[in-house]
Amino acid sequence: MSAVAETGHKGEVVLAARNVAKSYGSVHALKGVNFDIHRGQVTTLFGENGAGKSTLMKILSGVVTPTSGEIILDGEPVSFASSSQARDRGISIIHQELSLAPNMNVRDNIFMGREIMMATGVDFAEEERQTRLLMAELEEDIDPLTPVEDLRLGQQQIVEIARALSVNSRILIMDEPTSALSASEVEVLFKVIRDLTNRGVSIVYISHHLEEALQITNHAVVLRDGAMTAYAERKDIDLEWIVRHMVGDNFDLGSPPTGYDKGEVSLSIEGLTVPDPGGAGYAVVDDLSLAVRAGEIVCIYGLMGAGRTELLETVAGRLKATAGRVLLKGRDVTGQTIAQCIRDGLVLVPEDRQRDGLVQTMTVGRNLSLANIGAFTRGLFTSAARELDLVGDAIRKVHIKTDGGGAAIGSLSGGNQQKVVIGKMLATDPEVILLDEPSRGIDIGAKAEVFKLLAERARQGLAVVYTTSEVGECLSIAHRIIVMRRGRISAEFGPDATKEQIMAASGEAVHAH
Amino acid sequence: MSVTPAIDTKAATRGGKRKKSFVELLFEGRAFFALIAIVVVFSLMSPNYFTVSNFLIMASHVAIFGLLAIGMLLVILNGGIDLSVGSTLGLAGVVAGFLMQGVALPQIGFILYPSVWVVVVLTCLLGAVVGAVNGVLIAYLRVPAFVATLGVLYVARGIALLMTNGLTYNNLGGRPELGNTGFDWLGFNRLAGIPIGVLVLFVFAIACHILLTRTAFGRWLYASGGNERAAELSGVPVKRVKISVYVLSGICAAVAGLVLSSQLTSAGPTAGTTYELTAIAAVVIGGAALTGGRGTVIGTMLGAFVIGFLSDGLVIIGVSAYWQTVFTGAVIVTAVLLNSIKYGRR
Repeated sequence: MSAVAETGHKGEVVLAARNVAKSYGSVHALKGVNFDIHRGQVTTLFGENGAGKSTLMKILSGVVTPTSGEIILDGEPVSFASSSQARDRGISIIHQELSLAPNMNVRDNIFMGREIMMATGVDFAEEERQTRLLMAELEEDIDPLTPVEDLRLGQQQIVEIARALSVNSRILIMDEPTSALSASEVEVLFKVIRDLTNRGVSIVYISHHLEEALQITNHAVVLRDGAMTAYAERKDIDLEWIVRHMVGDNFDLGSPPTGYDKGEVSLSIEGLTVPDPGGAGYAVVDDLSLAVRAGEIVCIYGLMGAGRTELLETVAGRLKATAGRVLLKGRDVTGQTIAQCIRDGLVLVPEDRQRDGLVQTMTVGRNLSLANIGAFTRGLFTSAARELDLVGDAIRKVHIKTDGGGAAIGSLSGGNQQKVVIGKMLATDPEVILLDEPSRGIDIGAKAEVFKLLAERARQGLAVVYTTSEVGECLSIAHRIIVMRRGRISAEFGPDATKEQIMAASGEAVHAH
Repeated sequence: MSVTPAIDTKAATRGGKRKKSFVELLFEGRAFFALIAIVVVFSLMSPNYFTVSNFLIMASHVAIFGLLAIGMLLVILNGGIDLSVGSTLGLAGVVAGFLMQGVALPQIGFILYPSVWVVVVLTCLLGAVVGAVNGVLIAYLRVPAFVATLGVLYVARGIALLMTNGLTYNNLGGRPELGNTGFDWLGFNRLAGIPIGVLVLFVFAIACHILLTRTAFGRWLYASGGNERAAELSGVPVKRVKISVYVLSGICAAVAGLVLSSQLTSAGPTAGTTYELTAIAAVVIGGAALTGGRGTVIGTMLGAFVIGFLSDGLVIIGVSAYWQTVFTGAVIVTAVLLNSIKYGRR
């Protein structure tokens, strides 16, 4: 039951891909990739969306078989017919979306589908004992009988890892394991990863969060358009190097637009206080004041739970404040509905585009026109021709790569879907746009395009407020950087701040909780 | 609008020009082809089936649950379900019958005989009130649609039974000297040879089609059915939309109740029992997704006609009523199967 087979030396190659290629019809998702996974070390796959990371992962974990090339495990070629065959050989994968049953407890989740049986049924006592052992190995104080839904996301991630270890995994593939974690939970995860590698488990790590991945990885594999563009050890590379190989040239998320005069104050938040929506009694936004001028770009940085999302949602009319005012061009808009706010020119691009941003059953065009139906309605009826103009205009302005407005929303890449959500709101011709984590889950090329777009609109007088949890994104187009901590503004910087200053103000350096 | 009943209205914007293979075409228009197949098969089996008079008779049967299905489509597009329509239909018939008997006002010793138009308006208003109750329960009090409308199903049926003490109003003709004749006009009269009930169905269908495809409300409905949170954040008044669809569904049920009691010239408290299921079946056969956001009026109409023409055809060729039930069930399951293949591919 102990998690790891203690054979071989650290650093030796356990799994290797040789000329692995995968084609779907005429689409070459992967074009001959070569790399090694070393025992007890972390290998990170870098690449934009669509670069072939997930295809490669699926091949390694036996979900799909490669069109050509081979996978070499412990020096001999293998081919997996299914993911359970791969798991039997010690290769497990932890997907981005956790596959736990939230209503069941930790023990039952870990042994789901391979319960330990005895004559009278499931041997819960033995399962519980093994679960405790696993948790002790991972140094996590999680009771086996706790329902998974009561755990924090980071702890749920640990349970996933425990499940993978319980089947004797020697190679663990982690797809974006930190995307839902807070900074302190990321620390815990990294500690677990270090423990695992010390015991000889090899980790294949995938993340959009480049800085974070650099902290933990030993080797870097960079993919672009299905081909491997670079492969190096950690000591030889830096962030610049990865980004350069990911996108093909030197990359830059932009700089604050200059050369124009900012206008009057567009958005003014005065003493805003918002109670916890869960009813916990404390204020998630605590007596916060902020003024944003026309043409100004403000970045709000903060950890998860700092109150960024609640602040934006309250300003945009979704949540109710208990105190304070929101003024739009000097007019009080506190307590207005979302629809009224949109009409007045105050719009929000939500954080989770799948859940809050897009209507999956509608086309690209109808998503784009959704917030602006009034613009192509005359009397009672909508005008198809006017809508077509409006949609075409939006697609051009935000540079959406699509077959046209009639395309299904699911046919777009993540970055283009995000542009649809932003384009939908920009189509209403707002005065103020609030964007909650606009770069979440989109690749660096799309990120840069989004920021460029926002900078252009700011130049035309739009007030832009965006939040982020990546420090690098604060130091791009923002004129001002606001750091939020526990519902309050803890610091304010200009564009010349350093990453260390910003992170210190957010409380990130102190891992108190 | 071409015959693509089973699919969201993607024709409106660019990108729909791609040529479709024959199989795809067959699949997209499955409800239409099913209807053609039903007509052809029964016409071959019975000489009485393929006649104008039979089609008109069948169509006036379809009118009843076709009207219910239109209201149901709106609710299902919103991602809800309205189980109360059959009871609302029955209650509407009973209330109409009650009003036609004359309303006694003992305080002033006078019996009021409202004219037929007043009865029609009051009955529709009743349907709207029942729908509004559903809507408020679901949108504001957050009762799941299934439970709220199930409750209203019982309450409405119970009120209908209480009002009549379980009996049926047989005299709906009115009397000329009281000025309240003409109730049977809805059920018996014809315009250009077509029964009024069928015309009412088509007027409702066309109005609903325009509502869905050409108005802001239609767009709100598709959006909030597809993703309510996204719709709300885009400024769609999702609660108002939700209440509206239940109100419209209630009105459709009330109109169906008027047409039915007029066709039968009687109003019984048990009329329309289980009709809500037929209406749901028509919507589903028409390709709408029960999860909301997908479906069209044309599809729903085809679905209603498939069910109506199938069951009447089985009667004409003399198949037992029990087999009719089996066939209808098989058609519904097949339709859902095809829908899940279609939507599952995305």
